[in-house]
Amino acid sequence: MSRLQACLAALATGNKKALTTFITAGDPSAEATVPALHRLVRSGADILELGVPFSDPEAEGPAIQASSERGLANGITLRSCLDMVRAFRSDDAVTPVVLMGYLNSVLAMGYGNFASAAASAGVDGLIMVNLPPEEAVAFKQALLPHELDLIFLIAPTTTDERTRMIVSEGSGFLYYVALKGITGADHLDVGPVAERVREIKSTTALPVLVGFGIKDAQAARSIADHADGVVIGSLLVRTMAEFDDEAARLDRLGEQVSEFRRALDAG
Amino acid sequence: MDGANRYDQPVAGHFGEHGGRFVAETLTRALEELAELYDRLSVDPEFQAEFQADLKHYVGRPTPLYFAEQLSNSLGGAKIYLKREDLNHTGAHKVNNTVGQALIARRMGKPRVIAETGAGQHGVATATVAARLGLECQVYMGAEDIKRQSLNVYRMKLLGAEVIPVTSGSRTLKDAMNEAMRDWVTNVDNTHYIIGTVAGPDPYPRMVRDFQSVIGKETRTQCLEQIGRLPDVLVACVGGGSNAIGLFHAFINDADVRLVGVEAAGRGLDTGEHAAPLNAGRVGVLHGNRTYLMQDDDGQIVETHSISAGLDYPGVGPEHSYLKDIHRAEYDAVTDDEAMAAFRLLNRSEGILPALESSHAIAWVAKKAKELGPELVVVINLSGRGDKDILTVAEIDGIEI
Repeated sequence: MSRLQACLAALATGNKKALTTFITAGDPSAEATVPALHRLVRSGADILELGVPFSDPEAEGPAIQASSERGLANGITLRSCLDMVRAFRSDDAVTPVVLMGYLNSVLAMGYGNFASAAASAGVDGLIMVNLPPEEAVAFKQALLPHELDLIFLIAPTTTDERTRMIVSEGSGFLYYVALKGITGADHLDVGPVAERVREIKSTTALPVLVGFGIKDAQAARSIADHADGVVIGSLLVRTMAEFDDEAARLDRLGEQVSEFRRALDAG
Repeated sequence: MDGANRYDQPVAGHFGEHGGRFVAETLTRALEELAELYDRLSVDPEFQAEFQADLKHYVGRPTPLYFAEQLSNSLGGAKIYLKREDLNHTGAHKVNNTVGQALIARRMGKPRVIAETGAGQHGVATATVAARLGLECQVYMGAEDIKRQSLNVYRMKLLGAEVIPVTSGSRTLKDAMNEAMRDWVTNVDNTHYIIGTVAGPDPYPRMVRDFQSVIGKETRTQCLEQIGRLPDVLVACVGGGSNAIGLFHAFINDADVRLVGVEAAGRGLDTGEHAAPLNAGRVGVLHGNRTYLMQDDDGQIVETHSISAGLDYPGVGPEHSYLKDIHRAEYDAVTDDEAMAAFRLLNRSEGILPALESSHAIAWVAKKAKELGPELVVVINLSGRGDKDILTVAEIDGIEI
């Protein structure tokens, strides 16, 4: 069983919700990322999403766009993201790490090269924002021998028929996009999300995590009542950029994640 | 290349390994709906009649195919004909597409349209049709482009559109397209995104091509009428590539007709400061489709340069990438300086003010006319007029207007 599957299975057994955190690699500096990943884990994160900076992040809101630009300005490449995961792995062999980014980064390295490099660095899964299942056949084949999960997104606009197709193609977990919009947008409505997640869960054994637009512990708690976990992104990305002092940055990051953890663990 | 270069599933919207629908999941439904509707409308006689009537009475088609005798004589070679897309309403070929897409927006009952624009021609063409059909219109435009195309910015405002400056990334056309995609993801229920070129996710490349293919259909008929045969060479500038596909499409199966697309070599292909992905790029995925792109070794899209804002784009329509791969069309590039010289040449020889974009096609012919020889008939797509570029040219000449 892969690290990601083991983690999600253990959470389900313990009746706990998966807290997934997103930060962008190399933001605000190349050195900031690995210590931040460890702090996220210590403060209660179950799964780490690491954003791969891309020049044209079409689905991101202003916070993550800016973090991507900072990462690029710091010279971060897909290979340096893999180096960060390898460095993180030397002190943490259990926490799953999922890379999130855009297909062109992987295409430039080549699917096969990427799959073996990512597996050897200790990556567990991939979220490619602009890669729907129809276009993903060759990439999935390249990932298969390395036990890397390709995680697909389901949106509020996804039809039932298409949801069934995505569910059958997905692995690791399913990522439900809570709103029509870009990351960090501002109009999350729990009711429809809950209904949709229930529908998806009735068709699959894969865990369903919900992200995009979850801004506080309260919202996370309400969403988690209906899902297997939540993804917190823009909020943490803003914190990463807010502090020049590393200790202050990590403390604030820790506080925020702990608060989400407490909310998710509360009755 | 371990499958990266292979075509995953042969579905509509792929051109060889190029094209496809590489978008965030939220947009997939909207693209499916658009494709379903377009598949119906493309064979619906009523819709086609409506579109043709607008092209005739509103756009002013057919545009002339003009024998540029003075230009031909001064270059001392091939017989050069100009397809006068500059004479369309709003001054460029862009309106052929926006008229079609506005009719589609209306059929879908979407009260709002958005567009990206580089030189501002597509923005103007979108704002124009939106004004006519009473649609709310917002146009995304790179902050850099707003500076160099102030006339078109003001034109869009006069037409009732809101021009939204884009300050992310390189602040040019590609970033405007990113921002338009973000808007569309958010407002997909009430908004139609009018993409201005033959790029983007399926169905845009084939839909925009179909709307622009009127250029080649007319050219074919006009050639048969005026010279009694098909032309030997078709030449068009290529940024995203809509005017070139529009000209080429009716001739794709005429194997004897040579198709030449001319990209922007900017300061020179060897300087890296250009916008010529078909000449110097690699295959990748951007803005919803797989195609040749200007990118670095890490797959980051690199900043492009062209004197012409309309060609200043790091990608190209996927059908052009396919035509290159199968060697049906050839793609060359000319520099800023060559385009500027051609701009002046057409002004002086024919009394026609071409857009800097179209000047790239003229420049290629100027270089090759002698070599082609007096027996050959060359058609250049004069895709737009150059009024919008006067400030840019004056600045190069050191003149303050």
